Amino acid sequence: MAQHDPTPIQERILSVLVENRSGVLSHVVGLFSARGFNIDSLAVGETEDATISRITLVSHGDARTIEQIKKQLNKLIDVIKVQDLTEEEFIDRELMLVKLRNQPAVRKSVDELARQFSLSIVDDGPKIFTLVCTETRENRKKLFEALRQLGIVEIAQTGAVALSKKTKD
Amino acid sequence: MAKMTGAKAVVEAFSREGVEYVFGLPGGACLPLFDALYDAKFKVILVRHEQGAVHMAEGYARSTGRPGVVIATSGPGATNTVTGIADAYMDSIPLVIITGQVRSYLIGNDAFQEADVTGITRPITKHNYLVKDAKDLPRVIKEAFYLATHGRPGPVLIDLPSDVSLQEVDFTYPDTVSIRGFKPTVEGHPGQIKKAAKMIMDAKKPVIYTGGGVIISGAARELIELVEKTGAPCTNTLMGLGGVPGTHPLFLGMLGMHGTVYANKAVNFCDTLIAIGARFDDRVTGDLSKFCPYAKIVHIDVDPSAIAKNVKVDVPIVGDVKQVLQELNKQVGKLDIADWWSEIKGWMAESPLRFKDDPEVVRPQYAIQRLCEILGSDAIVSTDVGQHQMWAAQYYKLSGPNQFLTSGGLGTMGYGFPAAIGAQFAFPDRTTVCITGDGSFQMNIQEMATAVYNKLPVKIAVINNNFLGMVRQWQEMFYNHRYSSSEMGGNPDFVALAKAYGAEGVRVTRKSEVDEAIRFAQSIKDRPCLIDFMVVEEENVFPMIPSGKSLEQLIDMA
Ligand SMILES: Cc1ncc(C[n+]2csc(CCOP(=O)(O)OP(=O)(O)O)c2C)c(N)n1
Repeated sequence: MAQHDPTPIQERILSVLVENRSGVLSHVVGLFSARGFNIDSLAVGETEDATISRITLVSHGDARTIEQIKKQLNKLIDVIKVQDLTEEEFIDRELMLVKLRNQPAVRKSVDELARQFSLSIVDDGPKIFTLVCTETRENRKKLFEALRQLGIVEIAQTGAVALSKKTKD
Repeated sequence: MAKMTGAKAVVEAFSREGVEYVFGLPGGACLPLFDALYDAKFKVILVRHEQGAVHMAEGYARSTGRPGVVIATSGPGATNTVTGIADAYMDSIPLVIITGQVRSYLIGNDAFQEADVTGITRPITKHNYLVKDAKDLPRVIKEAFYLATHGRPGPVLIDLPSDVSLQEVDFTYPDTVSIRGFKPTVEGHPGQIKKAAKMIMDAKKPVIYTGGGVIISGAARELIELVEKTGAPCTNTLMGLGGVPGTHPLFLGMLGMHGTVYANKAVNFCDTLIAIGARFDDRVTGDLSKFCPYAKIVHIDVDPSAIAKNVKVDVPIVGDVKQVLQELNKQVGKLDIADWWSEIKGWMAESPLRFKDDPEVVRPQYAIQRLCEILGSDAIVSTDVGQHQMWAAQYYKLSGPNQFLTSGGLGTMGYGFPAAIGAQFAFPDRTTVCITGDGSFQMNIQEMATAVYNKLPVKIAVINNNFLGMVRQWQEMFYNHRYSSSEMGGNPDFVALAKAYGAEGVRVTRKSEVDEAIRFAQSIKDRPCLIDFMVVEEENVFPMIPSGKSLEQLIDMA
């Protein structure tokens, strides 16, 4: 049988080391749109080596699509290394800033959530208060759902940043 | 260390890279560059349209295996190169393109003749650069030539603002490149090669299916050795033609949409498919779920992303085709496949490649067959896109690699004539013929002036059916004969036009005139000669597997 059998859709966290130069991000993002790959989130920052940036990219697709994403990323000249963190043990965090209404019931629920999730109040106004939450991707999703029940006024979220637990080779 | 302007640095770097020809056309943003080119030791060919320049560079690159070089100006000059660059990207042709850009401090201001060229060409180049400081130029040019020619080749573009080409720079040309993100795998994995050899030796019904990768890696000799050592049948893609000689007894012709019936049947019923430097394009596979249903697949390619992209592969081998074949050839021997061959011979006898011959009128296939027989199988043949391209692939039997120049991946009408010009520059003494259609030829007909001015004896065989023939064929077969916008009203008198440019021209309206016209064209040595073959208008290309269908839906000549 020559054709690929369909496989289930999986979420993947990729850690991509790239040259720290202008235009590199557009190469990476352009690749995803040109080939119809999905980007769920993306975060970029300089690394311990100032000439290299790390892009942490969350994507999803079936096994063949994920394979193609990794191969096509590797083909970009400015991409130095592609690591599929989902295949190993890793640490990940996402950041979320959320404005909520300053009402007793809301405050009470937030206090309860604070016992389960890593969050704190960073701004407290008479009508509105603001939470910051730093959590794993999984927990951040759960917290987001819980906060939605309370009525989110405004929200800003980052994509995931992640590192492998392995020591660097 | 010599001090020079950025523009001079470009010219100096080109000389170090052994550039023979630059194809281009000047404009404001690249005037400094053209001023420096005025003193260059290599030749600068002025074209009539920048698309022509890119296809010429492609023709040069494909026929020689060396990178082609193009220079165009900013804005419209650069956007005119886009089709050619996309073509080179799809067919993995090594090119270095320099586009002038507006002064660096004006970039982003919608300056006169500004276009975001690195943005536009990002998805159609292997890599591109915007050079903002002339001190980077030597490194960037060195990298550009390296990237264009190593791993899977492709076009690399350098966007050069005019102030940067005027900036003074200390010129030292690097001997080596160090690009952290580019380390192509050249040597195939020995364990995988061993597995492939075993799979081949166990095959009862093998087929070797090869593409442009064999030509690009210069592996035609190794391929022939594999074919002859094993005795396995071999089929080529459009891009792979010339990988084995067109008349080789173990060659089944082209496969795919307009491939031979027996090549497609062999692939369909084989138990082992050895894919070499080919990428399972949809024009080859048709309906993927029905493609090659019984076979185990070995796939050799230098580009890891080409492997397992479209089909599931049992033994993938990433590496340079030539190197891998050299290893593989040591581990294979004669296969005992007489039964398989008699099955294939049966299909060959049942459905040979054929056309209706006619005593009077000119059949396009006949014209191409005679071109091959008279001009010879060692000519360089370029084609445009359409029916004539498929007939050229079917009936022009070539003796070797780097002789068939055709736009396979992008299917660019307008490719053929400039590509032939580029090849003729590279090989002034070899017979070079462009087989084109009355539609395609008019897409870069202006390059007639370039060919005449440079006294190039390119032969132009216009297969003139007064239609956008391939479109008409699809409309006849799948759109109920509704010839919407495919009849070519207003065609010029191509012979008179050729003469107006200072070229030769001759018209053929009867079968009996075919040979004489070809011999006449053959005798012209100092300028182009066009043959206007007035062929049967509504001829169709057969066999045909309709788009997205499988062997079961194959339509052969009635
Ligand atoms: C630039 C471009 N435009 C449109 C097409 C679509 N197309 C494919 S074949 C064809 C007809 C080509 O006609 P002609 O060059 O006369 O060749 P024929 O098929 O008649 O041999 C067309 C329009 C194309 N391949 N390229």
